[in-house]
Amino acid sequence: MKKILFSLMLLSTLLVSQFVAAAADMEVNTPAISAVKNSMQARHGQLAPFYASGAIGLTKDGYIAVKDANAVPLAQRGGLTGLVKSENADRANLYKEIAQANGHPEWQAEIQSTFAGRWIDKAQSGWWVQGAGGWTQK
Amino acid sequence: MKNWMLGLALVSVIPACVTINIYFPAAAAEKAADKIIDDVWQLKNGAEKPDVNTNEPGTPAAK
Repeated sequence: MKKILFSLMLLSTLLVSQFVAAAADMEVNTPAISAVKNSMQARHGQLAPFYASGAIGLTKDGYIAVKDANAVPLAQRGGLTGLVKSENADRANLYKEIAQANGHPEWQAEIQSTFAGRWIDKAQSGWWVQGAGGWTQK
Repeated sequence: MKNWMLGLALVSVIPACVTINIYFPAAAAEKAADKIIDDVWQLKNGAEKPDVNTNEPGTPAAK
């Protein structure tokens, strides 16, 4: 009987230590994640002036959205809509790929909300971000 | 008596396994998010690593 108890304790200790080792860092270096990251990095040059003018802002759910289409000349609005759409598709993909790379697809929503907070924290001053009460300028 | 103890052991171990499976490593996720955001917005590597754009997926990350 004591042997059984002892092996159970050993087993649970092993499980816990394995988990602690796995929790130290998240896996973000997969080809899929790098591809999405490069795509977003390349697009950022085009998005940056729109963040600065307030045409777009960072939403509280980890995406971007058109905040003030009037800040953009009519001719550019179609292009901006396309940019926002592509960026959000990349972001959704990024959250999904990170969850999968770590063996927990069900973490996607939590990863997304973690990112949402970090994007907003790191946004440059002057950019618009969405809080609980609506849009605010950093 | 034996069954009672075995039952107690199982009752204390099984919830631990469930907890392990659903636990979300928030600190690790924040760290990962910061790293990716710094890369995408190029916040940390402007002057030090001007060759950041040449990073290809083919180059395996050092760590």
